[in-house]
Amino acid sequence: MFLSVLVYGFINSVILVMVALGFSITFGISRVANFSHGGFYVLGGIFTWYGLIKMDLPYFLSAILSILIIGALGALMYRVVLVRLKGLELSEVIATLSLGIVILELLRGLGVFGYEFRNPVFIDGSVDILGVGVGIQRIIIVCAGALLLILLHFFVHHTKMGLAFRGVAQQEHTALSVGINPNLVSMLSLAMGSIMCALSAVLILPLGVISVDEGYDILIKALAVCIIGGLESTIGVLVAAFIIGYIEALTSMYISSSLTSVVPLACMLVILLIRPSGIFGKSKEIEERV
Amino acid sequence: MSIERRKERIDRPIKAVTDDIFCLSSIREIAYLVIPRMLPVLGLLLLAFFVPQYWRKVMVITFVMGMMALSWDFMASCGLTSLGQALFFALGAYSAGAMNHYFGLPIYLSIPLGTIIGAIISTACIYPTLGLRGIYFSVVTLIIPLMLMRIVETTGIFGGTEGITGLSPFPGIIVTMAVSMIALWLTFFGLRRLIDSDYGHIFVALKDNDRAVEASGLSIRWFKVQAIFIGSGVCCFSGAFMTHYYMSIGMSAFAIDLSIFPIAASVVGGMGTLAGPLLGAIILGPLSEALRAFGSYRVVIYAALLGTFIVTLPEGLFPYLARKYQQIERWVEAPGGISED
Repeated sequence: MFLSVLVYGFINSVILVMVALGFSITFGISRVANFSHGGFYVLGGIFTWYGLIKMDLPYFLSAILSILIIGALGALMYRVVLVRLKGLELSEVIATLSLGIVILELLRGLGVFGYEFRNPVFIDGSVDILGVGVGIQRIIIVCAGALLLILLHFFVHHTKMGLAFRGVAQQEHTALSVGINPNLVSMLSLAMGSIMCALSAVLILPLGVISVDEGYDILIKALAVCIIGGLESTIGVLVAAFIIGYIEALTSMYISSSLTSVVPLACMLVILLIRPSGIFGKSKEIEERV
Repeated sequence: MSIERRKERIDRPIKAVTDDIFCLSSIREIAYLVIPRMLPVLGLLLLAFFVPQYWRKVMVITFVMGMMALSWDFMASCGLTSLGQALFFALGAYSAGAMNHYFGLPIYLSIPLGTIIGAIISTACIYPTLGLRGIYFSVVTLIIPLMLMRIVETTGIFGGTEGITGLSPFPGIIVTMAVSMIALWLTFFGLRRLIDSDYGHIFVALKDNDRAVEASGLSIRWFKVQAIFIGSGVCCFSGAFMTHYYMSIGMSAFAIDLSIFPIAASVVGGMGTLAGPLLGAIILGPLSEALRAFGSYRVVIYAALLGTFIVTLPEGLFPYLARKYQQIERWVEAPGGISED
């Protein structure tokens, strides 16, 4: 009983990390809150499904293709729309939110609903971990999540590009004066966030059915995790995801599984009351707080 | 070498007269001031008599949506840009529905009580987030209604997915129209007057420079609470009204299209003007009715319209019209060329 909470809470938390990471990366670097995250997530799943089922591509190829398409879409969104709205935070939010809604509701209108829309798991079967049966897909998710975090850490801290990213995140003007193009970096950060979003969709969606509501759910979860952790902090995302993940697992095991949906909201409101900038929000209290 | 020209805008003489000299000396000057204000009021009133029954219902929905747009714009002028207006709508709707269904209150009690109780609950819900501002506030308000929707769905409170049905209806379409129209104009002129008063200047200052408010010895949080209470009260009334109009209440009250509509109306009409959102709602309301056949594509069209307007015409329609009404535009030669600044 307790062991299964331990194992499934861990998996749940890693899923939350993967979902929230793309949003947090984009926001941390370019200050663009990409509200079309949920739309990109479902779209990534649908593209994979389409390639696999309708066009008979190999699973691997179709997944890679859809991830790349979503990445390009993110970059395109920055180039076409967001670059015109630079600095107008509210307009950016409205623009990305409306794009996300266009994607999701368009998919709903095209009839994405039902059991037909599901991606198969990569490898069937399950193994015992601490005496709890766990599907191999979930193990792949956990491994991929860990790998992604390591790669991300390496990229941000040990490559020149990562240095440029950090530079733009800290101060755009100074970055510009040493020859970094902030527009290019922001575009790449949006592409990167979208790629992570699509990657998590490819990995996580085989656990269930692709549905439009999943898109809104993912957006809610990503935002909740980011708000609790502090919007631009990767460590914060990690910690917040584990807090929510384990509390959800505990609630569903010991209280009632219907109450799990209350957990993120309750956590969020409590954290906001105590620390408005989130657990690991860099002390921007003067800026954010009133 | 061609002569460069620039566009010059000058206030019409009549605007200068009516703005600065508080003595209106001719019918023309009075008309200049009164017509733009009375035309929509009388026009809608007349329209209500002459349109067929079906379009009266559309008008009622448009009025209610207009109120939501006004409340969004009011809150946005206070620096509280909410992306989840549906939260307030739904809380008002559920309060009124619960009053009517569980306590059996008649309609003329359940709507006012639902409005007030809904506004109090909304303010309490939003209170933890008032420490945030700008985009952080928007993020939180976007997800609260969606989360509450999941909670209603999974825990089954207030009828869960089924909702509450069989609420008392309005006595007739005439009463419905009258109530919604009067409420709309009260909201519109009330909020305009409020924003222009000394008390309202504090709200506007919350957006423009909240440190100045704090430096004046006023509590930012307390004034934000008041702004939320007023803004959400308007939305709660819309919700309470609509529950009784539809005679039922369900989870769809939390849905994202109700959050998108006020924003779309405000952006199309012109943010921060109060008259703009009203204009936007009057355009988008019947449009959404005409698009009803498209089902789920309706929201797509809204959202696409919203995105297009925010990128291409961020000032909105109303400021454009107001400029045409108040100013003369003409091309003049710019001998020194046009500077790039």
